[in-house]
Order: sequence, then structure tokens, then C-alpha cells
Amino acid sequence: MSSTLQLDLPGVQARGDSGRAARPATTPVPFVEPTPAAPVQARKLSKRFGANLILDQLNLDIRAGEFVALLGRSGSGKTTLLRALAGLDRISSGTLEVPQARAAVFQEPRLMPWKRAWRNVTLGMKIAQPRERARQALEEVGLAHRENAWPSTLSGGEAQRVALARALVREPQLLLLDEPFAALDALTRIRMHQLILTLWRQHRPSVLLVTHDVDEAVLLADRVLVLDRGRIVSDIAITQPRPRSAERREFQLVRAQLLQLLGVEVEAPAEVLVPPVPKPIATPFNFSNFSI
Amino acid sequence: MSATTSASDIQQHGRAALLSLLSFFKRAATPLLLLVVWEAASRSGVLPDRILAAPSQIFVTLGELVASGEMGRNVLVSLGRVATGLAVSLSIGTALALLAGLSRKGEAAVDSTMQMARTLPFLGLVPLFILWFGIGEFTKIALIAFATTFPMYLTLYSGIRAIDSKLVEAARLFGLSYPQLIVHVILPGALPSFLIGLRYSLGVSWLSLVAVEQINASAGLGYLINNARDFMRTDVIVVCLIVYSLLGLATDLLVRLIEHYALAWRPTFIKD
Repeated sequence: MSSTLQLDLPGVQARGDSGRAARPATTPVPFVEPTPAAPVQARKLSKRFGANLILDQLNLDIRAGEFVALLGRSGSGKTTLLRALAGLDRISSGTLEVPQARAAVFQEPRLMPWKRAWRNVTLGMKIAQPRERARQALEEVGLAHRENAWPSTLSGGEAQRVALARALVREPQLLLLDEPFAALDALTRIRMHQLILTLWRQHRPSVLLVTHDVDEAVLLADRVLVLDRGRIVSDIAITQPRPRSAERREFQLVRAQLLQLLGVEVEAPAEVLVPPVPKPIATPFNFSNFSI
Repeated sequence: MSATTSASDIQQHGRAALLSLLSFFKRAATPLLLLVVWEAASRSGVLPDRILAAPSQIFVTLGELVASGEMGRNVLVSLGRVATGLAVSLSIGTALALLAGLSRKGEAAVDSTMQMARTLPFLGLVPLFILWFGIGEFTKIALIAFATTFPMYLTLYSGIRAIDSKLVEAARLFGLSYPQLIVHVILPGALPSFLIGLRYSLGVSWLSLVAVEQINASAGLGYLINNARDFMRTDVIVVCLIVYSLLGLATDLLVRLIEHYALAWRPTFIKD
């Protein structure tokens, strides 16, 4: 797949994967050595299961406080990469540096059904006044009133918020999100997007969000990576200020490019395919429910 | 009850209660009739005392045994044996189930042995145990422990194996130590299955108690029965049998109570 991107857009920068030819871009950013103390540094990271090479000499840096989204088709190695970063799977070769303080939210909440919500939040933590800490964390996700609830009585969105509180109460330097909104209904997902951004701004962890949803990636992330056959084939910085609107042209351009990279044939709006006009196009309609 | 309950509602409730009472009497009619026939047969001499005492006599004997404290004393001895045996089997069963449930090596070492030993009829082991350990308390408790270890082991083991590995993974990711993992994830997760085993074990423990108390007991319900047999006191035997079944019923209730509190998180137990 060709990964060459022509992005001459305000607010969108394309960067070449290491080991590949640098691509033309308005403001090229050197890839391998971004800042001296990137909390996540993967170098020539490989992971194989038997004869299958799932991650192929992958290089990745995530800077402190950076929100990175990882897109890829099924089987591209997204989850494998996340599991490696989480320390759940050993890597086959290469080096990987990750912060000690990590937490994750998965697609399913993975709450202990036999523990009340607040006990799930502070699960395994040896701290003074765990209940207070749990309550604060639940308050941040808007669930203080459900602190005593059994997980089986929570709705999907509520359970996922408890899972989020459980991750954040540990003050992680690296927050791993494995399609955490995939199982939620559309409205709940929008609320969760807002919540995750709010919490990210407050706690400033580095975030790696694995998702299938291109819009979600572009709405939330500072950088969108595309993984294909175990390699990062594209690394797109998104500098549009938040809140971002899916109605804006820049947004649609990036989305079209990403979908193309993911192998989806899209009938892109005409203005996406023609060379961009410098002056921003006014959007006639403002679907405020899709902007966050 | 809600404030909107109307008179007709109450009437309906009353009718329902009456109907359920009626069906209770219907169900109780046959046993009551049998009791009456039994009593009549005893009174008329058709059913002699040495075969089976009259229900009224059994009732009187129960009162006497309770009043004299003889029943209480012997029930306590029997309860003590069951409790000791269960404590031993609980410890051994839990340890073995953790060993087999948490590691492949442990499973290889423990499980096949347990599956084989489980098929041994424990009553058949009584002569061997007597040869090995004599006819004292040790043999009695060892037999109860032996018989009840298997249900505890099997259910806890399968409970551990049935735990969602995703939960274990999440717990590991959140930094739980191995002992913490066992306490906060493995054991609570296996508890529903284990409680089934506990209930079964309690049933088996009463069964084995009856058997082991036939061996040279000087106290306990079995001793009362043996004594009564020597004096042809069928009333005492029946009283003891009734007490055995009441004890079985009581322990079943106990497990239900434990389930109610320990499994409060399960959707079936959650009210409103």
C-alpha cells in the first residue's frame, strides 16, 4: 500500500515512517528523536506468534502528555501493540521503554462483578482512605452516586466510566485505551469522547487509543498512526484546535486520507480531491452535536 | 406496600393466601393420614413397639431426650465431629484446588489423582481406616474429611478454571500481586461454584457421620442409635433419624444464607 500523503493543509502535518522515504509535507517533523524523554519508546519492536509476524520492527514514540490514536484494519497488530505496551505480552525482539505507571481501559469494562463500584476503582491499591480516593475518581467521571452499585447493575456507559475512573485513580503516565467506546451506543460515545478529553487535560497522561473509528481518532488525537501488517505506515499530526468539528474541511480531508490508507474506497467530497484552497471554507451548517 | 393498594387488591391477596393454604392442606393430607393409620396400628397392637414405636410415643421420647439434655449433649458431639471433618476437608480441598486450578504443573500432579480417588466408595474405606487409625475419634473425623474433600475440590477447581481470563488480565495490569489476585479475583470468582460444593459436602458429611458413628462411639447421635438398638427402643432410633434430617435441613439453610450474603453481587440476588 502506498503510504504517501500529500497534505498541504493548515493544521495537518504528515511525517514519514522511519525506514521509509520522507514524504513532502509543509512542516516535516523528524520522527525518531522527537523529545529526549518520550515516555514510550519502541525500537525495532517485533512480536511473533509461531510463524506469524504480528509486529514487524516497529518504531514508536509517544511523548509525555500526547494523545495518540492508532488505526488499523483487523489483524493489523493494533491490539498486539497495545498488549505489548501494557506489559501483558512479551515482545519477541527489539526494545521497548514504557513508564511504570500504566493503566488501561478495554472494550469491555472488565470490572470485578463481586466488588462494588468504588472497590473496583481502588482494586489492589494500597493507599490510605481508599474509599475517599475512589469517590473522588468516580466524581470525576460523574458517577459519585453509583459508588456502591454492583457492576451488573451499571449500564454499559456507566461501567465504562467506572473502568475509566479505575484507570485514572492510579495517575498513569501512560493510559492505554483499547477500543473503549466501541460497544457503546452513539450518544453515549459522544459523551465519553468529551469526558475522555476533559480527563486527559486534567491528568495529562500520554494516551494511546486503539480504535476502528476514523472519526473518533481525528476528533480526539494529537497524532493518528496507521498500522498495517505490523508496521506503522502513516503518522499524521493533527493540529486543529479542539473542539474539532467533523464538518470542517480539514477534518474531512484527514478522514478521507485515513480511510484511503485503511483501504476503504470512499467517494470523497469533490473539494477533498482537488488541491486545497488556502482560505477556509465556511461551513453552512453547524452540527454542534458532532463537535466536541 | 404502595399507597394505591385498593380494597379489591387486599381481597385478592386474601383469596390467594386462602388458596395457598388450601393447597398446603391438600399436600399434607396424605402424610397426615399415614400418621393416623400408623398411630392406630400401634394402639391396636398390629404394629408392635419393637418393630416401630407409635408416633405419639416418638414425640414423647423426643421431649424426654431434649429435656434431660441427653439429646443436646450428643448432638453437640456429632456436630463437633462434622465441623472438625469439614474444617480439614475445606483446608485440603481449597489448597489442592488452588494448586490444580492455578498451574498446569499442579493440575498434572493433583487432578488425575483426585479424579481417581473420588471414585472410591468411602464407606468401603471404613475397614482400612479402622486398621490404620484404630477405632477412636481420629478415624471418624478422617472419614468425614475424606468424603467431603472431593465435592469441595471439584467445584472450587472448576470454578477457578471458569474465571474470565480477561478479569485476571485486568487485575495483573492494575498491579495486583499474586496473593492479592487470589483473594480479590480468583476466590470470589470461584465462590458461586464452590458454594454448590459446600452444600453437597454438608450433605455428605451427615451421611458419613451416620456411618462413622456406628464404630465404637461413646457419644453422639450414632451412639444413641446403637444404644437404642440394643434395648429395642425404636422410638429413640426414629427420634435420632428425625434429628439427623433436621440437622441436614439446617445446614442447607446455612449455606443458602451464606449464598445470600456472599453472592449478593449476582444479578439473581440483586433486589430493585
